[in-house]
Amino acid sequence: MGRKLLLEHINVPGINTFDVYRSKGGYASVEKAIKTMSPEAIVEEVKKSGLRGRGGAGFPTGMKWSFLAKPEGVERYLVCNADESEPGTFKDRYLMTYIPHLLIEGMIVASFALGAKTSYIYVRGEMMPQIRILERAIAEAKAKGFLGKNILGSGYDLELYVQPGGGAYICGEETALLESLEGKRGNPRIKPPFPAIAGLYGCPTVVNNVESIAAVVPIINEGGDEYAKLGIGRSTGTKLISAGGNVKKPGVYEIDLGLPVEEFLYSDEYCGGIANGKRLKAVVAGGSSVPILPANLFLKTINNEPRLMSYESLSDGGFVSGTMMGSGGFIAYDEDQCIVRNTWNFTRFYHHESCGQCSPCREGTGWMEKVLHRLEHGHGKMSDMDLLVDVSKKIEGNTICPLGDAAAWPVASAIRHFRDEFEWHVTHGAEAVTRNFGIAHYADPLPKPEVLA
Amino acid sequence: MLRVEDTQVSVEFSPELLDKFADVVTRYPAGKQKSALLPILHYVQAEFGWVSPQAMDKVAAYLDILPIEVYEVATFYTMYLLKPSGKYVLEVCRTGPCGVVGADKIMDHIEQTLGVPEGEVTTDGLFSWRGVECLAACGYGPVLQIGPEYTFYENLTNASVDKLIGDLKAGKKE
Repeated sequence: MGRKLLLEHINVPGINTFDVYRSKGGYASVEKAIKTMSPEAIVEEVKKSGLRGRGGAGFPTGMKWSFLAKPEGVERYLVCNADESEPGTFKDRYLMTYIPHLLIEGMIVASFALGAKTSYIYVRGEMMPQIRILERAIAEAKAKGFLGKNILGSGYDLELYVQPGGGAYICGEETALLESLEGKRGNPRIKPPFPAIAGLYGCPTVVNNVESIAAVVPIINEGGDEYAKLGIGRSTGTKLISAGGNVKKPGVYEIDLGLPVEEFLYSDEYCGGIANGKRLKAVVAGGSSVPILPANLFLKTINNEPRLMSYESLSDGGFVSGTMMGSGGFIAYDEDQCIVRNTWNFTRFYHHESCGQCSPCREGTGWMEKVLHRLEHGHGKMSDMDLLVDVSKKIEGNTICPLGDAAAWPVASAIRHFRDEFEWHVTHGAEAVTRNFGIAHYADPLPKPEVLA
Repeated sequence: MLRVEDTQVSVEFSPELLDKFADVVTRYPAGKQKSALLPILHYVQAEFGWVSPQAMDKVAAYLDILPIEVYEVATFYTMYLLKPSGKYVLEVCRTGPCGVVGADKIMDHIEQTLGVPEGEVTTDGLFSWRGVECLAACGYGPVLQIGPEYTFYENLTNASVDKLIGDLKAGKKE
């Protein structure tokens, strides 16, 4: 049983209100930070904690903060990335819905550390209910003197606003998000300059994921060193995992990094195994963008070691036999799921969400979608698999932002690990429309599923 | 292809709506009022049910930006409806994890029940529906949302969809 740092009080009735949240020790980190710590000391604690960005890239948060330029007389901004849209990921929605003050508290501490006087939480527009929840929480915190002018008598002023997006996956990319916040199309910017130098309105800006900001609260309360004791190796602390697909108990779980994937998937404390007594076929471990793995490679690395829920273990084996932690969007596929159909579905998503700025992504995602559509519907050719790999390679690394890579990896990995299923769709075109390929050999060896009595 | 429908209907912004606009503009530094564009377009859509060219022109004038700056944003972001739609737009998530748990069947059922294809409006003007990309609720799928408040309906079944549509018809839910 891991320690809960973020979700410890999630089930306390009324924890979404200021008073209950405060009675459970809420906003203690604001008092500690503003009254007893310098901004530099806060950045130092976050560095010591080893916290890595929870939005998907896994870049050390403390280091990102220390890159922030601080020219005299120029505003600095903190922007929270709550544009959660990576298929498979719904942890930020959960956190904002049930414990919004944790995010507000983290925003205040982080803004103070970075010297931001105005900060924004950019929430995807579809989360209108969560936007209302956050606005209510901000009003409460302001009324209690934790936001606005002269916070807790310290002389520090901070205004915090919630900005709705308009429905665009690409705005989860930090420079696209900043463009969107400036009222423009969400076209990612060419880097450098990085936002730390020229971000929102051309000013130095830090963009952090909801969960990263929330994690600042326990880091300040308990100290960076204490936080770093949790987890394993360079994967410190706890992580929210969104579990979906064919698991028995879908939901958001806070795990200590380093938990064996088998325990996460099969123990009753977490996913509880595969739904309906079926067998596991494949897993997408970190959101749709990361490589899909067949069950056998997911549960054990190529060296036959148990795979762990950590940045390093999930990427063990590189893209040949590993995957990535990503945003923690965990999707399990049972034996009845069709990999070709799933890959087509994801590629349709990336084609739909490509901003259109770079031709490899704009055109490549469209072609991949068309080819996958014909494979799924029984009109594919044997040469299609090589064609798809070729197109995916031409997208990867050739675009301004990582959406290109994110579109290429699921296709390349699906063909790498499930080529025989794609080929079956060509050789058994008519059959492929009416039934699925099944589990084949990917699942061996597998833990025995619970047999329904 | 995206096409903005032009119904030539003139648009007036009420004082209440203009108050909301003014409140949004205060969130940004002086001269950066363009940042208010996305929130304001949400208010416009909530008020009129869609974002018409006439409304976009008035928003441009209000924010002191070019009309094209509004058009390019309204056509880029998928939440903005560019033609008149049903009073209730059922937006069903069709991506990955929701697909795994039966989103396609839910969309088929909605199409049959409402009797209109994706994007069209029922003859009583009450409903339209469309498939949308990941709504970040993958553990609760299949899901759909209904604007302008974007209320969420989770773990959909044919029966729960029937009940929802029935309730909306009877005016039991807003």
